[in-house]
Amino acid sequence: MSVSASEATGANPVAREKIMEVEGLFKHFPIHAGFFRRQVGAVKAVDGVSFDVLRGETLGLVGESGCGKSTTARLLLRLMEPTDGSIKFEGREIAGVKGNELKALRREMQMIFQDPYSSLNPRKTVGSIISDPFAIHGMHKDAGERKKAVQELMDIVGLNPEHYNRYPHEFSGGQRQRIGVARALALRPKVIVADEPVSALDVSIQAQVLNLLRDLQRELGLTLIFIAHDLSVVRHMCDRVAVMYLGRIVELATSDQLYSHPRMPYTGALMSAVPVADPRLAAAKKRQVLVGDVPSPTNPPPGCRFHTRCWKAQEVCRNEDPPLVAKDGGNLAACHFPLSDAEVLERVPSARNVNG
Amino acid sequence: MAARSPLQLFWRRFRKDKVALSALVFIALLILVAIFAPVIRSVVGIPDPGERSTDALDAFGLPLGPTAAHPFGVDDIGRDILARVLDGARLSLTVAFIGTGLSVLIGVTAGMIAGFYRGWVDTVIARVIDVLLAFPVLLLGLGLASACSTKEGCLGGALQPGRTIVIFIIVLSTSPYVARIIRGQVLSLREKEFVEAARSLGAGNMRIIFREILPNLVAPIIVYASLFIPANILLEASLSFLGVGVRDQPSWGQMLADATGKVDSAWWFMFFPGMALLLTVLAFNLVGDGMQDALNPKGNKQR
Repeated sequence: MSVSASEATGANPVAREKIMEVEGLFKHFPIHAGFFRRQVGAVKAVDGVSFDVLRGETLGLVGESGCGKSTTARLLLRLMEPTDGSIKFEGREIAGVKGNELKALRREMQMIFQDPYSSLNPRKTVGSIISDPFAIHGMHKDAGERKKAVQELMDIVGLNPEHYNRYPHEFSGGQRQRIGVARALALRPKVIVADEPVSALDVSIQAQVLNLLRDLQRELGLTLIFIAHDLSVVRHMCDRVAVMYLGRIVELATSDQLYSHPRMPYTGALMSAVPVADPRLAAAKKRQVLVGDVPSPTNPPPGCRFHTRCWKAQEVCRNEDPPLVAKDGGNLAACHFPLSDAEVLERVPSARNVNG
Repeated sequence: MAARSPLQLFWRRFRKDKVALSALVFIALLILVAIFAPVIRSVVGIPDPGERSTDALDAFGLPLGPTAAHPFGVDDIGRDILARVLDGARLSLTVAFIGTGLSVLIGVTAGMIAGFYRGWVDTVIARVIDVLLAFPVLLLGLGLASACSTKEGCLGGALQPGRTIVIFIIVLSTSPYVARIIRGQVLSLREKEFVEAARSLGAGNMRIIFREILPNLVAPIIVYASLFIPANILLEASLSFLGVGVRDQPSWGQMLADATGKVDSAWWFMFFPGMALLLTVLAFNLVGDGMQDALNPKGNKQR
C-alpha cells in the first residue's frame, strides 16, 4: 500500500476527473438576541471544508448529528447560501449563481431526502410529484409524453407504473423513498446527493433502497454523495469517505483505507463502536469509548477541535490546528498524533477482518 | 382499487357522520329556499315581505297568529312573517357567505405572505392582526354605522350604510383570525422537506406557494370557513338587532329587535325568526364540527 496523497484523494490510480471541487466552504448561522435582534454569535455549522468529488464515484460523508454534514450537502446543491468559500461544478464556480443560471444548474444536481414522509407533498399524486421537474423545466410538454416519461421513471426505480394516480399515503416507506429517487432522476442529473436516504426506513427495506441506488449509479453513471451515520451502510456504498466533526473534515480516505486503518482517533472511536456479528471478535474487541459531548458549534475549541475528547491529546493539540494531510497508509487526516496500526488493531474490529 | 385523493378520503369519513350529514342537507335546503324565496312565496300564496295585509290585523289593530293565509302569522303592521323569514335567510346567507369569503381571501393572502416570507413583512402583518383582534367588534360596528349612516357613506362612498357596512365589519373581525391560523400553518409547511425538494428542482416562490403549500391549506380553509360562517350569521343578526345593519330588507336580527316588546301578545313574532337563526347556526356548526372530525381522524371518538 503506497503512502502517496494522490491515492487517498484519487481513489483510483487512473486519476478520475473532478466533477466538483469544494474549497474553504463556510456556513455560519447568525444568532440574534435582544430587543433589536442584534447578532450575538453564530452557529459554525460548516467551518472551512475542502474536498473534491470525482466523476462516477460515491463519496460518503459521515459524522454524528450536528457535525454539519447535511448543511454541507445543502450548500453543494445551493439550497443554502454559503457564508464563504468556493464550489466548482465541472470547473465552473457555482457558489454565487442566481436566476436562470441557478435553475439550469438544478438539472445537474439533485437530492434524495432523509424523510420519505415529509419529502413528498401529501396532496399530490405520485404522477404529479415525479412530473414536477418536467413542469418546472418545461420538458415533455405533451401530456401523453410526460405521462410516459414518468411511468418509465417509476419502472426504473421499481414502482408499478400503474400506480401513477395514487397518493403518497398509499405507499410504504420504502416505496415512498423510491418515489423520491424517481423525482431526483427525472432531470437526468450528473450528481445526486443522498441525505441519509435510508435512516428513516426499516432495516429490511434499507438494503433494497441501497441496492437500487447502487444499481442506478452504475447504469446511469451518476456521481453520488452519500450522507450517513451508519458506518456499515457507508462501507457498503462508498468508494471514498469523509469523516466530519464539528463542521470540519477530520479524515478523508478510500473506504478500504478508512475501515482497515483509520488514522484520526475520532474515526477510530467511531469504527470501534460498530457492532460486530462474530462473538469471538466482539469479545476480543477493546472498545474505544469517547467521553463527554461534542462541544458547541457556536464556540468550537481552539487547536484541534477534537482535543477535548481525545485520549491522545497533548499540549500541541490545544494550540495548533492540524492540517488535513496524508498520513501513514494514505489516509488524509487532520491529526497531530495519528493512530498507529497496533492501536487500530486493538480497537477496530473491521481492521482485523481486513488484515487477517 | 381506485386512487383516493385526500379530499375523497375526507368526504368518505364525513359521510359516516349522520348528524353532520343531516345538517349539510338542511343547509342545502336553506340555500335553495333563500334563492327561490319569491317562487316559494307565490306557490304558498303569501304576500311580499313588505306588503301590509290589514285584513290580518284584528279590530284593535293587533296582529293575528298563524292562519292558513299567513302560516307564521303577521307582525304588528301586518307584514307576513314567513315571507320575511324567507327573505331574512337570503340576507343572512349572502352577508355571511360574502363576508366569510372575503375574510378567507384576505386572511389567507396575508397569512401566506407573512408565514412564507417571514422577516419584517411578517412582523408588520402579525402586529396588524394583533391590533385588529383587540377591537371590540360590536362597538366598532355601532360606531362605524353611525359615522357612515349618511347617504354618501364613508371612505369616499366605498362604505355604504346597510349591507356593505355589515360585510366590512365581518371582514374586519374575521380575516385576522384566518390570517393568524394560515400564518401558523404556512410557517410549519414551509419547513417541510417537500418544499425544499421543489426548490432543489428549481421551483420559484410562486410555484412553491401555489403548487406545494396552498393544496395543503385547502382542508383547514374549508373547515375554518364552515365555522366562521355561523359566527358571521350571528354577528350580522347582532348588528341588525342593534339597528346597525340593513334597514330596507328584512333581517332576522332586526325582526327579533322589533319583537322584543311584543313577546307576551304575539309569540310567533319572535319565535319564527329566532328559530330560523338558531337552526341555521346550529346546522352550520354541526357541519363544521363534522368536517373537523373528518379532517383529523385521530381525534375521532367513534370509528
